[in-house]
Amino acid sequence: MTTTPQSPLIELKHISKHYGEGETRVDALRDVSLEVYPGQVIGLLGPSGSGKTTLLNIIGCIVEASSGWAKLDGDVIYDNAWMKSDLRRLRLDKVGFIFQFHNLLPFLNSMENVSVVLDLAGVPADRAKQRAQELLEYLEVGHRRDAYPAHLSGGEAQRVAIARALANNPRIILADEPTAALDSERALIVMKLLRKLAVEQDAAVLAVTHDEKIYDQFDRIFHVRDGQLVTED
Amino acid sequence: MNLAYRDIKHNLGRFLLTCFGLSLLLGVVLSMIGIYRGLVDDALTLVRAPNADIWVVETGTLGPFAEASRIPGNTREDIARIAGVTAAGAMNFQSVQTQRHGQELRLYVVGYELGHPGGPINIVEGRNIGRDRYEAVADLGLGVKTGETLQLGRTAFKIVGLTEGMVASGGDPLLYMTLRDSQQLQFELSPSAVRKERARGARPGSADTVNAVVAQVSANIAPETVVQDIKRWKHLAAMSQVEQETLLTQSVVDRARKQIGLFTAILLVVSAVIIALIVYTMTMDKIREIATLKLIGAPDRTIIGMVIQQSVAMGVIGFGFGALLIVNIKDYFPRRVVLQPEDGLALAGVILIVCLLSSALGVRLALKIDPASAMGG
Ligand SMILES: Nc1ncnc2c1ncn2[C@@H]1O[C@H](COP(=O)(O)OP(=O)(O)O)[C@@H](O)[C@H]1O
Ligand SMILES: [Mg+2]
Repeated sequence: MTTTPQSPLIELKHISKHYGEGETRVDALRDVSLEVYPGQVIGLLGPSGSGKTTLLNIIGCIVEASSGWAKLDGDVIYDNAWMKSDLRRLRLDKVGFIFQFHNLLPFLNSMENVSVVLDLAGVPADRAKQRAQELLEYLEVGHRRDAYPAHLSGGEAQRVAIARALANNPRIILADEPTAALDSERALIVMKLLRKLAVEQDAAVLAVTHDEKIYDQFDRIFHVRDGQLVTED
Repeated sequence: MNLAYRDIKHNLGRFLLTCFGLSLLLGVVLSMIGIYRGLVDDALTLVRAPNADIWVVETGTLGPFAEASRIPGNTREDIARIAGVTAAGAMNFQSVQTQRHGQELRLYVVGYELGHPGGPINIVEGRNIGRDRYEAVADLGLGVKTGETLQLGRTAFKIVGLTEGMVASGGDPLLYMTLRDSQQLQFELSPSAVRKERARGARPGSADTVNAVVAQVSANIAPETVVQDIKRWKHLAAMSQVEQETLLTQSVVDRARKQIGLFTAILLVVSAVIIALIVYTMTMDKIREIATLKLIGAPDRTIIGMVIQQSVAMGVIGFGFGALLIVNIKDYFPRRVVLQPEDGLALAGVILIVCLLSSALGVRLALKIDPASAMGG
């Protein structure tokens, strides 16, 4: 859909990842190459254990690859070894995560769950609050700003989590089954939202899903099988 | 945004309960130290009361408290004649058990000579002893009232005054009476024993024996020179007030100090282990949250800060509660508990260090948590 002359936000070349050695060795990813451009929404499909989460974790600099080369938003982050020392800072600035389970901090209310990442990035408290409020309203959970995660419905919690993932205007959004905890109606709303973000903020969205009803929200879909990417248009 | 504070606030009840448990433990540690201080204080009360410079006792003994000492009653006159001695008084000491309103009463009788050093101090009610016979000044700790008569042996004593905080090294309250009364109390025989002695043809034994003579010397003379003078008498030994106090602290209090010191040390180790365990479990309970924090980009210092702040907060609140508790209940202890600010501060310092060391375990765990563990289920 979007074919831009821009350089890719995510660029992977021959990425492989295995866990363990010898008898217990598991090849989670085999020679994966991938390019994702700004504004693109990519879907990852595949059976359980095929390597989808591992792929997101490698892109998000949470797990180190075994070999290959990776570039995020112009920075080479991996070339057979980490190329950057402060991976958490990189994550804070460039990557927004949305998990299968919302992973909100239970001791912070909705507003604080969003502003905490701004706080960590050094944004002054009042500005952080204001931005958090805007994001919550944008995601239609502004009225739940003072509620703690335990008191939010699944859909509300997931939207607060999305607000948090977007707070620092990341250019890369990684979502691991973001709609698994939602009914299909809400799942569609969330996917449409991610689409809108990708377009408006020139971001790349990479989302794992099993939900056939939302397939048409993706620009491209990759099937993951035994750690390998199979394109399907 | 302070994450440590927010987390505590979210689980406030549980946190406070933990602090309360810790405060009981720290309260015990603090009271142990207070009991020891009280023990030393109590032990020295009796020996400090006569305001003596020199203690004269039986030769070869470390009397009258650490060892039994008996010297002739007229020793006081000999001592008073020594150049530089401004005042001297003979004294008797004995433990007595009696009954009052059907209750056992343990007390420590101090006999002194009217008009000479050794009398009661800290009289808070009534008056000092005025007559040579059958009057007594008791300590408040005994529970008697002025005007009351107290039966000791075959003699009834009228309580004419009350002192406060005057106890023997064993914690028994003091009862002051004249030397003559206390000698009679010490040496009187039961009527049957007297009859038996008479039948044997023995004269009633000389009861003019005292346990010690206390002496005050004039300010321009060193007590040590007088001590040397006294030692020329073969049947007497003498020591300065400082020596007597050191002796008492060493002989009477030293074992208690070791005992209490050891116990305090054990309690501190127990507290340290418990604090470490609590901090560790608090961190364990937050594995998922810490993984999430790492995942969204929180630096290690944020996470370490969270663990350490919670640990220190727990220590501070626990210590605060504990100190408050002991300050409020210390007067209900059977023996004196002396809380000194410097002891409190020292313990607070130790607890702070313990908290910091204990959080090391939690920090180690927190740093090992894999951010990937926040992903997925
Ligand atoms: N930390 C790990 N240690 C060992 N093996 C792992 C680890 N994480 C994933 N794997 C294995 O790697 C393979 C891919 O897992 P994953 O990426 O989670 O798949 P998916 O998300 O598609 O279900 C699986 O066989 C899984 O058992
Ligand atoms: Mg997965």
